[in-house]
This record gives sequence, C-alpha cells and structure tokens, in this order.
Amino acid sequence: MLAKIYITLKKDVLDPQGSVIANSLKSLGFNNIEDVRQGKYIEIKLDSENEESANKQINEMCEKLLANLVIEDYKVEID
Amino acid sequence: MKSHVIVFPGSNCDRDVAVAIKNISGHQPQMIWHKETSINQSDLIVVPGGFSYGDYLRCGAMASTSPIMQDVVKKAKEGVPVLGICNGFQILIESGLLDGALMRNSSLSFICRDILIKPKNQSSVFTKKTQVAKMPIAHNEGNFFVTSEQLKKIQDNDQIAFQYCDENGNISEHSNPNGSLENIAGILNENKNVLGMMPHPERAAELVHGCEDGKTIFESILN
Repeated sequence: MLAKIYITLKKDVLDPQGSVIANSLKSLGFNNIEDVRQGKYIEIKLDSENEESANKQINEMCEKLLANLVIEDYKVEID
Repeated sequence: MKSHVIVFPGSNCDRDVAVAIKNISGHQPQMIWHKETSINQSDLIVVPGGFSYGDYLRCGAMASTSPIMQDVVKKAKEGVPVLGICNGFQILIESGLLDGALMRNSSLSFICRDILIKPKNQSSVFTKKTQVAKMPIAHNEGNFFVTSEQLKKIQDNDQIAFQYCDENGNISEHSNPNGSLENIAGILNENKNVLGMMPHPERAAELVHGCEDGKTIFESILN
C-alpha cells in the first residue's frame, strides 16, 4: 500500500517561502497568482491489511513525527 | 556539581558548552552520546546547538526520537534543570518539553551575528543573574511561533525567558532579528526548570570571545 502525505503550513501561519515563490512567479510574468503556500510531500510504502488500518497508522505517524501540529496541517491519500 | 552534555550526530556546540561549564563551575561535565539510554544523577543537562541529523524533516525532529531523549524528558519532568541552546531549543520543542515551534527566519536567510537579549522572567534558575546581554545567534530556523492561546498561557505563567531588545533594553521590531513572535528569544516550561533559547551564551563566555555576557546564564544555574 502506498500512502501519500501532504504537509503544509496552517492557513493562519505566515509562509515567507510561499510569498517569495509568489513574487518570483509574478516576475516571470504569471500575473494572476493570488497566493502560494509551499510544504512537504512524503510517500510511505507499507504492508497493511486494509486501507482503514493503514490510514490509522499513517495518521499516528503524522501526529508523532512527520508533521508539527503547532504550525502544520497534513492530508493523507492511500493508494 | 554534576552536569551532562548530550551529543548527537551533527552537534557542534557540545565542546563549547563543556568548556564554558568547566570554566565557570570548575567541574568537567560528562558528555553523553545520544544512543545511551540513561543519565546518572544530574544538576544540569545541556542539549547543545548544531545540526543534529542534518536538520532532516524539521530541525530537531530526528534528535527528539534518539534513545537518550526519553530519559532527558523524564529527568526534566522530575525537576532537573535542562538547557537547550539553538538546535537544542529546537530539539526540546520537538520533544514536547517546550511549547511552540521554531520556523524559518522571516528574512529566509541564515543569521550569524551578535544580538542583545534581556530576561522577561527574572526569577528562574537560568535568568536571575542576567541583565541586557550581548551574545551571538547563528540559525536559519529561530522564528518562534505559538498559537494565540499558547502565547497567553506562557505570558500568564511568566514563561518568556528572554526577548530580543536594543541597547537600552527596549523590545522593538527593529531589535527582532528573525521575526519571532513578541521578540521571544527563549522560553521556559511551566515549572521553569527547562529553558530553550536561540542565542548562544557559550559563545560569549570568556574575554577571548569578545564578550562575557553569556556567563551570567551559566553562573545563575551553576552557583
């Protein structure tokens, strides 16, 4: 099973890297940029009985280590 | 006086801290490799600066899962003074001993220069001897952030240890090097026996460093 994890800064946390990326894109001529938020993408292959147990385990991994819940949100997709 | 300095792969301020402690207390601290699982009776545990585990995932995240950290957390909860400097501060946050998060500097650049700090809490075991003090910072992720509820909690409980200030001790946006909320340079845990700070007192602890202001923090704990 493959878990895809998207980690981004929470909406109310300032993302200076995202702002600089937005400015660079604008300077390349992409004038319709409204906002850029950057983050991390992690893939985890795991041996799991079913999607539910994989999901439960991945959420635990995110909460214990992969994401910092003070500043970050995460989203999990299981294939 | 028994003190311990934790050493992770990538620590680079461990020996500087050990020299400062030896000079100030007269006692040689014991260096503890991160794979060890327990620390003997201790009067001070220091989690030093550096780039533990190459800052993989998030600064301090990997080191917080090292075997020794379970005992550091246990000792901290028993009341043993624990000091985390720079990457050590990041590790203590990732271990759950301190509130908040340390984000990328607002300038997005690594900052290495002298700054000034002054204690907000003036009674803790770490801060009681320090006035406005000069010492270096050297970090890329020192931008302290907490949620507004957590900020109120640490303010109400007098947990703000140090704030970045100017020569006159004023806390201003101009004196904030990295975008930290409320100019916070260091915070304490609820029981005030754990301090995490981004500035390096061990790098301003003897005349040859050009400044001795950092000594006050070690003198406060060690004497």
